Amino acid sequence: MSGLTGSLLTAADLAAIRLTLELATATTLLLLLLALPLAWWLARSRSPWRAPVSALVTLPLVLPPTVLGFYLLVLMGPDGPLGRFTQAMGWGLLSFTFTGLLIGSVVYSLPFAVQPLRDAFEASGRRPLEVAQTLGATPWQAFRSVALPLARPGLVTAGVLSFAHTIGEFGVVLMIGGNIPGRTQVVSTQIYGHVEGMDYASAHTLAAVLLLFSFGILLGLALLGRRRMRVLP
Amino acid sequence: MRLPSMVLTLVATLLAGPCAAAEVAVAVAANFTAPMQRLVPLFEQQTGHKVLASYGSTGKLFSQISNGAPFEVLLAADDETPARLERSGGAVTGTRFTYAIGRLVLWSRQPGVVDGNGEVLRGDGFDRLAIADPRLAPYGAAAVQTLRSLGLFERLQPRLVMGESITQAHQFVATGNAPLGFVALSQVYADGRLTEGSAWVVPTQMHDLIRQQAVLLAKGRDNPAARALLDFLRSEPVRAVIRQSGYATD
Repeated sequence: MSGLTGSLLTAADLAAIRLTLELATATTLLLLLLALPLAWWLARSRSPWRAPVSALVTLPLVLPPTVLGFYLLVLMGPDGPLGRFTQAMGWGLLSFTFTGLLIGSVVYSLPFAVQPLRDAFEASGRRPLEVAQTLGATPWQAFRSVALPLARPGLVTAGVLSFAHTIGEFGVVLMIGGNIPGRTQVVSTQIYGHVEGMDYASAHTLAAVLLLFSFGILLGLALLGRRRMRVLP
Repeated sequence: MRLPSMVLTLVATLLAGPCAAAEVAVAVAANFTAPMQRLVPLFEQQTGHKVLASYGSTGKLFSQISNGAPFEVLLAADDETPARLERSGGAVTGTRFTYAIGRLVLWSRQPGVVDGNGEVLRGDGFDRLAIADPRLAPYGAAAVQTLRSLGLFERLQPRLVMGESITQAHQFVATGNAPLGFVALSQVYADGRLTEGSAWVVPTQMHDLIRQQAVLLAKGRDNPAARALLDFLRSEPVRAVIRQSGYATD
């Protein structure tokens, strides 16, 4: 496999693939960590803040990615609140760094992680948790051993969507990435660069590899999710 | 008797031919955005024709034109792309000419940062240097050539951040995300002066000349407005405006 792709793909292309996978994995893990409590709160809370928070979470869906990316660029810059914070902490600027891309990806895919989880939590309803409570479970125990397993399909969906969405992420990366090989040069911008540079052969090859690989991963994840469901009583 | 005379008037107007105002769809290289936006109202006023301008990187515009985009005139950032289109039949032969010669400039949005010789490049006062992707933009290629001429390319390569177009390179510097960058002079120049910050205009011997050429595209072959636009760009008063915007002319 590496022999075949090694002749068709340049070192830069391979580095872009590796970086894309790293970004997608890191984004998915971070997103699930953030989305779980957020989705839980949105599903269960009676607070009047529910509606505005829900709208805010869904906002990245509505904004064009390049617009989102542009405002992230401004926010991360020395004039923006985030940029001023990171500079004050001695971390420099987030733009053109992997961390910056990670943050951008998390914002970009947030609704894709929160929504399925929220739906799954809402679908399992209050009954199982009430029963757990009457049996003496603490809120954390109830969450861990009752709510979470029931929401597993939602978790799989959230993970799959976040992963896939990040692999295909383009607009945000284009705006805040700076296309630095090994750090912010991902497959989508690499393909775009090949097209713009009129190197269509490289573009086709890289796109085909991305397509096949992504399809394979998503198929695998979908099958994994289904098998888990059959195991549940 | 009123209807026949109305019909006659209508027919006469339709038969007026090329004197009627037409529309021209023009694809413009990103670096020429500001001057073009100044020139379009002048052209429309002078000729009565309407201009529909789309701005983008020359590479992207080439892809679109090659795949049937309805542009009738191309104002490229290089001379290679119009030549390619001529060879492939996408452009009308014999209509290619240099409308502007690009000037590369090292720019910072802070005044007093860039000196008149570009010596700031030799120091360590900056952690990022923005350029346009040299594969995609002539100004990016010129930036790399300049760094090589100065013998600074190896040293500064780790600090390079690449914009997908000269517009994006400028954006990186304008938002402060990169303290320095190589941009087109036209992006930071108006009415014969620098608009803000500090700059070093790179001497032309440090890089290949950036000949920006315009060409009539195949789709615009029979459009009088398209030919009128090309003639307009060659006229001396317009060339003066182009020079005032930070370019040289032949």
